[in-house]
Amino acid sequence: MCLAIPGQVVELYPDQPNIAVIDVVGVRRKVDLGLLQDSLPVEGDWVLIHVGFAMSKISEEDALDQMRTLRALGEAEAAMQEVQGYGLENTENLEES
Amino acid sequence: MKFVDEFREPEVISRTAAEIRRLADPHRHYRIMEVCGGHTHAIYRFGLKDLLPSNIELIHGPGCPVCVLPMGRIDDGLAIAQDPQVIFAAFGDMMRVPGTQGSPLEHKARGIDVRIVYSPADALKLAEKNPDRHVMFFAIGFETTAPSTALTLMRAKAQGLGNFSVFCNHVTIIPAIRAILDSPDMRIDAFIGPGHVSTVIGCRPYEWIAKNESRPVAVSGFEPLDILQSIVMVLRQLKADEARIENQYKRVVPWEGNRAALRAMAEVFELRPYFEWRGLGFISQSALRLRESYATWDAERRFVIPGVRVTDPKAAQCGEVLKGVLKPHQCKLFGNECTPEHPIGALMVSSEGSCAAYFNYEHRKTAMVSSISSVA
Repeated sequence: MCLAIPGQVVELYPDQPNIAVIDVVGVRRKVDLGLLQDSLPVEGDWVLIHVGFAMSKISEEDALDQMRTLRALGEAEAAMQEVQGYGLENTENLEES
Repeated sequence: MKFVDEFREPEVISRTAAEIRRLADPHRHYRIMEVCGGHTHAIYRFGLKDLLPSNIELIHGPGCPVCVLPMGRIDDGLAIAQDPQVIFAAFGDMMRVPGTQGSPLEHKARGIDVRIVYSPADALKLAEKNPDRHVMFFAIGFETTAPSTALTLMRAKAQGLGNFSVFCNHVTIIPAIRAILDSPDMRIDAFIGPGHVSTVIGCRPYEWIAKNESRPVAVSGFEPLDILQSIVMVLRQLKADEARIENQYKRVVPWEGNRAALRAMAEVFELRPYFEWRGLGFISQSALRLRESYATWDAERRFVIPGVRVTDPKAAQCGEVLKGVLKPHQCKLFGNECTPEHPIGALMVSSEGSCAAYFNYEHRKTAMVSSISSVA
């Protein structure tokens, strides 16, 4: 639950200021920027993501540190599973049951 | 024993551990509470206890959202899910948490429509995709997660989406710390403050802990070095007989918090007069509910819920463990009836729960050592 996942902003949409495409170790998903609306990130910025929302901007160095921490904690796999699940993608259990 | 050279910066870790030993008065016993479940997990995972002198005791705090949720709330959420119209959406962490009639996952096996989402925004998306159904998002979490639920509700309102609601179990960390300090059977000398909660609330809300209760607080990151440095910070203060709030996690936590997140929370939520916490009982103004202006999206207003208070299984001592009165392995069920594979109490479910962390790292280690020595 405390998982915060570092990702890099790779795409922004001028018509949707609340959405960014972020890259987490090669996996790209849309995240919500609503919690950063006081200082929106630009392309190339690094952010910490929690439950599909970017919650703070961080430096690249801290982003790499954070990924290392997740790996060391044995949480990297869960983090990637979470990122892959954003946007209801690759979540088999979300098919009509 | 964890070898120091397994860490990323072994020399710095060694130096910091030496500094802790130097600062700790051998004639004094220190009880330091790490509030956040993420820290509990890290402490066990990295074996940090092995680097501390024996008179520094780390007490595991209430900062694991699934662990503090009383069983009655899970039953209430699952009661709503019995309606065939309803899709019950929740984070994966919730899926194995037992209710009186089983966990959400067990309900799914019985044909109830239970889905895992990784974001509240995806629960909203599920509602858009299923206009003939009602999606109820079972919301849990501290201030780290509550702003995301708030923004999702603001988006639902802006879209006028009627087939979506939130069953709100968001809790706030400060009243829980207050309850712990007020509890007569708990003596805590200092706190390691939660890292990610503080990115939202900032450091100011902790100031009363220093001013009124004279306890030092260090808001901490999650790396081994972060946690050790935070212990150094509070020990230095205790040695100098001071009490301040220090921000060890400055690289992520701004002193003022995240104003946009706080605004979203204030727009959508208000404090409940009281809320029950597993292990800590009823705590005043310790949880959030939806404001009247969001009544349309409030599952508690839209559905009839049983609202029955459920006591924990008698033999399980989750409450005592949550308060730090008992260590996980001192519970009668620990490791026998209650394991991560078959959890009875919530502390065994989440990887941030102190029982699961203890079981996965300490208990398995001990079991391995004793099996090796019996072979030898």
